[in-house]
Amino acid sequence: MSRIGVFICHCGTNIAATVDVEAVAAAARKLPEVVHVETNKYTCSDPGQEGLRQAIVDHGIDRVVVAACSPRMHEATWRKLLADTPVNPYMLEVANIREQCSWVHKDRSVATEKAIDLVKMAVAKVARLQPLHSTEIPVHKRALVIGGGIAGMQTALDIADAGFPVTIVERETSLGGKMVMLDKTFPTMDCSACICTPKMSEVGNHPNITVKTLAEVENVSGYIGNFEVTIREKAKYIDYNLCTGCGACETKCPVRVDSDFEQGMKKRTAIYKMFPQAVPAKPVIDAAHCRKLTEGKCGVCARVCPTGAIRYDDEDKVTTETYGAIIFATGYQLIDWKPLYPEYGGGKYPDVITGLQFERLVNASGPTEGHILRPSDGTEPKTVVIVKCVGSRDPTKGKAYCSRACCMYSAKHAHQYLEKVSDGRCYVFYMDVRTPGKGYDEFYVNTVHEGAQYLRGRVSKIFKEGDKLICKGEDTLTSRQVSVAADMVVLETAMVPADGIDELAAKCTVGRDADSWLVEAHAKLRPVETNTAGIYLAGTCQGPKDIPDTVCQAGAAASKVIGLLNKDMLQSNPQISRVNESLCQGDGACVNTCPYGAISIVQKQFRENSKKVTRPVAQVNPGLCQGCGACTVTCRAGAMDLLGYTNESIMREVDALCQW
Amino acid sequence: MPEDWEPKIVAFCCHWCTYTGADLAGLNRMNYPANVRVLRIPCSGRMNPQYAIEAINKGCDGVLVCGCHPGDCHYATGNYFARRRMMVFKRLLEYEGLEPERFQVRWISGAEAGKFRDTVMETVEQVRALGPLNLTREIPALEFPPMPDDDDGAFDAVPEEVTQ
Ligand SMILES: Cc1cc2nc3c(=O)[nH]c(=O)nc-3n(C[C@H](O)[C@H](O)[C@H](O)COP(=O)(O)OP(=O)(O)OC[C@H]3O[C@@H](n4cnc5c(N)ncnc54)[C@H](O)[C@@H]3O)c2cc1C
Ligand code: SF4
Ligand code: SF4
Repeated sequence: MSRIGVFICHCGTNIAATVDVEAVAAAARKLPEVVHVETNKYTCSDPGQEGLRQAIVDHGIDRVVVAACSPRMHEATWRKLLADTPVNPYMLEVANIREQCSWVHKDRSVATEKAIDLVKMAVAKVARLQPLHSTEIPVHKRALVIGGGIAGMQTALDIADAGFPVTIVERETSLGGKMVMLDKTFPTMDCSACICTPKMSEVGNHPNITVKTLAEVENVSGYIGNFEVTIREKAKYIDYNLCTGCGACETKCPVRVDSDFEQGMKKRTAIYKMFPQAVPAKPVIDAAHCRKLTEGKCGVCARVCPTGAIRYDDEDKVTTETYGAIIFATGYQLIDWKPLYPEYGGGKYPDVITGLQFERLVNASGPTEGHILRPSDGTEPKTVVIVKCVGSRDPTKGKAYCSRACCMYSAKHAHQYLEKVSDGRCYVFYMDVRTPGKGYDEFYVNTVHEGAQYLRGRVSKIFKEGDKLICKGEDTLTSRQVSVAADMVVLETAMVPADGIDELAAKCTVGRDADSWLVEAHAKLRPVETNTAGIYLAGTCQGPKDIPDTVCQAGAAASKVIGLLNKDMLQSNPQISRVNESLCQGDGACVNTCPYGAISIVQKQFRENSKKVTRPVAQVNPGLCQGCGACTVTCRAGAMDLLGYTNESIMREVDALCQW
Repeated sequence: MPEDWEPKIVAFCCHWCTYTGADLAGLNRMNYPANVRVLRIPCSGRMNPQYAIEAINKGCDGVLVCGCHPGDCHYATGNYFARRRMMVFKRLLEYEGLEPERFQVRWISGAEAGKFRDTVMETVEQVRALGPLNLTREIPALEFPPMPDDDDGAFDAVPEEVTQ
């Protein structure tokens, strides 16, 4: 027999004016297993709380019902109070007789009757609750950042500055992401490399940051505070402890392949640094093109290296480490427009380029040393057409969403072109011009004043006529067909999530939307958290955005992580699901239901009919289970139940309402 | 029907959205009939059809199941499960002869205090009109809607002008 104490609150007149509190108390006294009932003016006040504590001792109460305001208001208050008494904090039920009774009903007798029902339900439920104990989960005070673009670097710096070790896993050979490829950045037109490369070296030199390049996350297990992560660092064929980054090897390597960094517009060697300011400032060997590694010939770099750092027999390094938090900063890439837009030549015209290629063309350290020249023949284009929304806002061919940064960087490209080619003409085909942001619209208007011709409409066809690229489209403002003979065309293509994001996110049970952007826990209120506790989002992996927004979000994610890593221990939520192993069939229906990947099927040994048997049963990971209860309904055997909201306690509530 | 009969309805509400919305209705001192008793569950995905069967068996005249709007679940996917389960379950109840008004599923967010009030008022009125739940009454045969006539054009997928 349990000993239930019922405490009914007047809440001043908030409850007492509409509900006959004494009548509720009288009814409560008649309920089974109730040993003590009292009413208080304000149960949540200090004297009210003290009275509750005293009554527990005086009457040997082991379960508590508080009939007062919403449990969303004070459930935590009562739990905290009970933690100091012999009563377990989870042997508590709150009957909401204010928000859902006295405040919404006018008739005193009707409200009183409902309040009595609500107290009955609470008593029925509390009688079947079990004591629950939260466990303490230790927090490993280290963070893992996946992706070393501006988002990843900013997050890592903020966390490292707060004193916690951070590892950055970057799959390219250098930090920097897309930002370091850009020439200048809107709207202030500061040189991208000048603001990005100092961040790169700050990251590279930070005592709390470890950078792993040419590396990928292979496996993730565990939960908040305790993620076990396996990282594969691919062979670089160079001993970084010896290499000084002098670059002698690069000057002698005989191989020439297209440089990805220069968007295929320049060649690089097989032993190479991605770009001169790369961090780490040391080369790697591209095994697919190195003559020594593919044909066993050459070996010139080993001969010229003054420190003997070349290792042709280098192998991948796989390490497993534990992190308290993981931040996704995997960024974006540009959509492969070629198969989608055969009407733009599908890639067969070299002078139809992407925005990122344009960035390299105007960059002083790019393939043309900053002279805007056509890739086909190296002449200066006198007419340039910029086409916006290629693959964006085009659900039939590309993506339905807006890529957000392209309106601004196409204005930037027009401005840069007109600045460098004073006798040039620039046409921009657009659907809308979207320039929210500080100084953004002013920047765009300025570009128009500089002479950029904006034409509202999509380009329907691009074809070659002699030396020219004819761009046909409709100016929808004048309803006229237009045709521009261009020397070069710049396609501002849609942003899409980084390659391989689906597999990586699945390993961490991070949600993706229909376009594979990672999904935040709440679009408005929890924008940098994911639904998996301990995993956060920074930058464009969450959706298209520009650098200011990326940096903001990276800082926000870092502050969440710092808050987490500042704790030594986390209190687990004990209201989670539990398996009744004698009923469990081990079929795993629950495994597929759980949004957090909290359930696994394990082989366990049992004694059944005095024989030892090994059979599969479900196992709930208390660090991952969030207590939604979806699995409990899925289980055909009824083996899953949710502590704190057990089937029995809910059924008793229903019975109490109907029959007591 | 007894003269002082009042419908008794139990509403299973998810903690994060509908329960919060109901609290907000209280905070705004909205007024609605007292026939609905709210039973808090963590997520509409926790709603086991058995609870509704128990309520109906033991004398409730109606059951409401409420959760966050699809796509807004605090636990990411719980209400998608609820939606599918409750859809099938409702069909089953109706097949067994229960009037559709007696078992209703609604998505009400934490901000939709007005929608909570309206849902309560509507449901109470509908159930009141049906009278007390009588499980032993004769169940009328299900009526199937007639099949559309073959040559009235309803099955021609594409009108002729479009194909030409
Ligand atoms: C042509 C063009 C011009 C632009 N101009 C401007 C401008 O002027 N001003 C402005 O504000 N914005 C501009 N932007 C937008 C800007 O590029 C982005 O906002 C910014 O680079 C986003 O940074 P990020 O760190 O989120 O992503 P990224 O820069 O894409 O960085 C992501 C990093 O993660 C790495 N990565 C990806 N997947 C993995 C994995 N699985 N494992 C390990 N590492 C991984 C990538 O290699 C990369 O280094 C421009 C964009 C384009 C296309
Ligand atoms: S940002 Fe501008 S150009 Fe880019 S997709 Fe959106 S509307 Fe089109
Ligand atoms: S209660 Fe929810 S979170 Fe916990 S194991 Fe079941 S489905 Fe997963």
